[in-house]
Amino acid sequence: MTPPDTPLAATATTPAPAAGNALLQASHISKHFGGIAALTNVSLTIRQHEIYGLIGPNGAGKTSLFNILTGLYIPDSGSATLNGMDLTAKKPHEIARAGIARTFQNIRLFANMTVLENVMVGRHLHTHAGVFGAILRSHATRLEETAIRQSAIRLLEYTGIAQFADTLARHLSYGDQRRLEIARALATEPVLLALDEPAAGMNATETDALKQLLETIRHDGVTILLIEHDVRLIMGLCDRIAVLDYGRKIAEDIPAVVQHDPAVIAAYLGA
Amino acid sequence: MLTRWYDLKRHPHAVWAGIILISIALLLLPFATEAVLGRSWVRLLDLALLYVMLALGLNIVVGFAGLLDLGYVAFFAVGAYLYALLASPHFDIHLPFWTLLPLGAVVACLTGILLGSPTLRLRGDYLAIVTLGFGEIIRIFLNNLNSPVNITNGPQGINMIDPIRIGEHSLSKTESLMGIPFTAVHNHYYLFLVFAILLIFISVRLEHSRIGRAWVAVREDEIAAQAMGINTRNIKLLAFAIGASFGGIAGGLFAGFQGFVSPESFNLMESVMILCMVVLGGMGHIPGVILGALLLAILPEALRYIGPLEQLLFGRVIVDPSDLRMLLFGLSLVLIMLFRPAGLWPSPLRQRELADREQS
Repeated sequence: MTPPDTPLAATATTPAPAAGNALLQASHISKHFGGIAALTNVSLTIRQHEIYGLIGPNGAGKTSLFNILTGLYIPDSGSATLNGMDLTAKKPHEIARAGIARTFQNIRLFANMTVLENVMVGRHLHTHAGVFGAILRSHATRLEETAIRQSAIRLLEYTGIAQFADTLARHLSYGDQRRLEIARALATEPVLLALDEPAAGMNATETDALKQLLETIRHDGVTILLIEHDVRLIMGLCDRIAVLDYGRKIAEDIPAVVQHDPAVIAAYLGA
Repeated sequence: MLTRWYDLKRHPHAVWAGIILISIALLLLPFATEAVLGRSWVRLLDLALLYVMLALGLNIVVGFAGLLDLGYVAFFAVGAYLYALLASPHFDIHLPFWTLLPLGAVVACLTGILLGSPTLRLRGDYLAIVTLGFGEIIRIFLNNLNSPVNITNGPQGINMIDPIRIGEHSLSKTESLMGIPFTAVHNHYYLFLVFAILLIFISVRLEHSRIGRAWVAVREDEIAAQAMGINTRNIKLLAFAIGASFGGIAGGLFAGFQGFVSPESFNLMESVMILCMVVLGGMGHIPGVILGALLLAILPEALRYIGPLEQLLFGRVIVDPSDLRMLLFGLSLVLIMLFRPAGLWPSPLRQRELADREQS
């Protein structure tokens, strides 16, 4: 259910996945942890308005790549650009400002804040009240505070968890916690939304609802990078898929092709 | 239950009546205390108000931002010594109170940034140990900066500090208003009350702002906070700086009140005491922190009455109350933590959370 006016800041345009320009470009990224090569020479290009899937067996390096793209890890070599802007040496908060928002594989909500407050924190990036503004509660600060609250409420409605606004985040069900993470990430007004296993622990109904939500988000102009194990979700949702195995990219194509790629089948079946 | 009483929207009349009653009670409190318990207890009230300010400052660092600071008393010391050095015969500088107090806040704030910028890379226990070290360094500095150039007068401390002057009135002199004598302890009580209310106001405003939310976000999950675009280093430094400036203000008031400062007053036990106030009261919950500060400031004094109590019960003093005092103090801390693990007066949300945990 898409509200008539989307709370997402990015301008909504009809998705043209295949024809989109490159949004995120990662080239030749390598990362070692001690003697273990987590990623070896991985390059990928995510185009504007597409849903890009990243799959691979456990330990293939998906989350490591995620963490590099969002500034949590520094790669040993290689670089990444977002809309031509270099991301390589940037800190996580700078990358958030550049326009990549993420969720976490092991949900990382602000557990003892309410659902609404969680999303309000996401507005930090685009608000300005300083210490004195906050203490004096100037007119500008009051207006800003109202705007923060309203946009947070709109995002909760958008993601379908508005009824829990005043609940502590820790008390939400697993599926709703995942939704809250998405709402919170969207509050930073990203151009690229990076989701680390958003359907993990969800039942079929919840997964279907999630799929709809992600399609709506893409429709409203946000490009999505998705790590997922749920094959049905990945195949039904993604425009293109990259497959990682032992830190190398072994395939990248549209789902129908990747599905029948012998290297991919071998990686999954261990043949 | 208690939240109902300060919910302005739902019970406006009850709240206003409450505020007026509390104001009258606060205004009459020093006289009532003097009449019932004696003047030394009014002095204790003054100190308790200083502790309220300190606990509020540390609450920003520990309660909101979740940074365990065991050297908080250092900022209290900076504020107190700044006041002492610039308003005493020691250097023969006598700056006025209204210049010194903001200056103390600013200098303490800068000290906070100075101590914070290298240490805030650390987390949890490591941060606690390093801040503990810094707290001690400041004290030891104050203790030893009397040679080769005498700056702090070493362990002797600085005395004959100028009393706080508001306009023409020195707070250390007894003034009569409508025939009622206002002694030094009374005058300071009202001044400290004003500052305590000011700092409460600032704390509340900050808590419910974008900055307060960012602090709590950092406390709850630093990595997620970064991913939300929060510059965690800066926001933690800000918590440190604001907490420190509260300490600086309390320090300046303390120096003007006592007329004497020495490094003794700023030892590790003070830091621990202030931390206890924050934790026992209810970390991150301002009313709880105030309650904790008042209670822990007054409890050790109240326990002196164990002596007369023993006299009454057994006819003689069996155990010296000064021996028993800290023991009972420790015991009460243990009991509070056992039965009220989230503090005496935790925030309603946390209370709910604990109730849930008990159910499950």
